[in-house]
Amino acid sequence: MVPPRRHFGYQGGSSHHAVSGPGRARARASGQEQEPTRVQIYLPIADLPVNIFLLLAMGAAVGFVSGMFGIGGGFLMTPLLIFIGITPGVAVASVSSHIAASSFSGALSYWRRRAIDPSLASVLLIGGAIGTALGVYTFTLLRALGQLDLMIALSYVALLTSVGGVMFWEGLRAMLRARRGEVVTVRRPGSHVWIHGLPLKMRFKRSKIYVSVVPVVTIGIFIGFLGAVMGIGGGFILVPLLIYLLRVPTSTVIGTSMVLTLATMMIATMLHAISNHLVDAVLALILMVGGVTGAQFGARAGQMIRGEQLRLLLGLLILAVGVRFAVELVIRPEDLFTIRATGISE
Amino acid sequence: MNVRRLAAGVALALAAAPPAHAERLIVSVSNHRVTVTPNYAGEELVLFGSVERDAQAPTTRTSYDLVVTVMGPRADMVTRRKERRFGIWINTDSRQFLKVPGYLALFANRPFEAIASPEVQRRQQLGLNNVLLTQRVGPDYADVVPNDAFRSAFVRLQSQHGLYREDTSAVTFLTPTLFRTGIPLPAAVPIGTYEVEIKLFADGALVTKTETAFEIVKIGFEQFVAGAARQYGLVYGLVTTLMALMTGWMASIVFKRD
Repeated sequence: MVPPRRHFGYQGGSSHHAVSGPGRARARASGQEQEPTRVQIYLPIADLPVNIFLLLAMGAAVGFVSGMFGIGGGFLMTPLLIFIGITPGVAVASVSSHIAASSFSGALSYWRRRAIDPSLASVLLIGGAIGTALGVYTFTLLRALGQLDLMIALSYVALLTSVGGVMFWEGLRAMLRARRGEVVTVRRPGSHVWIHGLPLKMRFKRSKIYVSVVPVVTIGIFIGFLGAVMGIGGGFILVPLLIYLLRVPTSTVIGTSMVLTLATMMIATMLHAISNHLVDAVLALILMVGGVTGAQFGARAGQMIRGEQLRLLLGLLILAVGVRFAVELVIRPEDLFTIRATGISE
Repeated sequence: MNVRRLAAGVALALAAAPPAHAERLIVSVSNHRVTVTPNYAGEELVLFGSVERDAQAPTTRTSYDLVVTVMGPRADMVTRRKERRFGIWINTDSRQFLKVPGYLALFANRPFEAIASPEVQRRQQLGLNNVLLTQRVGPDYADVVPNDAFRSAFVRLQSQHGLYREDTSAVTFLTPTLFRTGIPLPAAVPIGTYEVEIKLFADGALVTKTETAFEIVKIGFEQFVAGAARQYGLVYGLVTTLMALMTGWMASIVFKRD
């Protein structure tokens, strides 16, 4: 009998027994007495039994947060799955389909409100498709080298601590200003000379901007790549990029970013399924159901909190996840050795 | 002198060789086909058997020792070691294990040291330390000493998952010739054919051995999903994507906000 060890740092990726997270340990402990109650659901690709209510709750919690902040929530879901013992590879691949679901329901409602810029979305998509393909290719390569988990963790640390830190700082400053009674001037971001000097300019009617397609495609590539490697929609980076670099108005920015997220995550799901066979459909479905439900309540809660407080909270949350990964990397792992099955050789 | 030594050797060998089939092992497992359902939380197979003695068996030989080796389907595995580089722990060295069993269990009625000499233990692969686990060492294939860091880490990790085990009190003799042992199969058991080898020892030497096998198959919806993911990646990806879109669409209908 394996003692229920906390085993977060365990780097596995094996098809059947890399993980001894709490989920599996619980399954063994309780399996004998309460056989018929099917609380434990077996995840076919992750290859471990997990409490279905835990997954639903996680989906709902992340959905709540994502609805509240208007983000996809991949940067929270992927780490949570890793923390409960699902291998990073399976977590990243499965979360992409989960984000596809939540961004589709979001995109539909923005579409109805005509808050999507179709031409901007399609140009972003060109970059997104390229970036996603590159990302999945890199993912496969790193996996073969045994450095996938490290790269996922490092990317999370770098991205989340920087973005979270900036957001937290901005939110804090805005809040202090508001408290001091200063008038918060919502300034249109200044003109970026170098961006406007780029060739291949194009007019995006609904967003009312006239900008080169080069930065648009580049942003698409960047977000697509990050999404595929890290299992995030990338909304929390994409929205600021669109606002500050391209000066996309707030009326279309979220809807348009959701379309890009939807498309890149669909492509990522397909490519991960074809090349790495790591997409766990059962896991994804449970997360989706929990996620879309939680998002509705989150959206309502979000309307009750002021903007700068919201940003402060989100910054804090992102920072916390980043720090969590950093700690994981720096402290000595419980076990220095890991096993991974590399295939059956007959 | 050479000839004489050879002759002596042959004579010794003849004397030492057990009479052909003086003892025979008859064994059976409680279930030859274990189906693993999604609810499967591990179970235990039972292996029974008896030592059949015929007239040729030496009458003085009454106490036997038994070693049961269960080997699951073989696969290549990589063991990696983390080291501290630039302040963080990253995978550095790795060792590849070739065609090693995914499940390995060794059961006996008493400690291996009591059953046979170290030399026999090694030759008969008694104990996790003596089972051959081939590694790729540079261009060669070889097993290494039992206390090799990668080998022992591999065995330790597999043991932690309940996949490798050694129990020298698992075999019980119900009568001097009737025995049984349990074969625990944890939830993580790999699917495939499991070979069971039963070796009978007496006075520190192998008397006879026999083999049997059982099969572990996974059934149910989850196995179907896993199979589909591996074999039809494209269709699986399409179905998963469609499922995501359906869920998103349903949600936007169910929770239609004004």
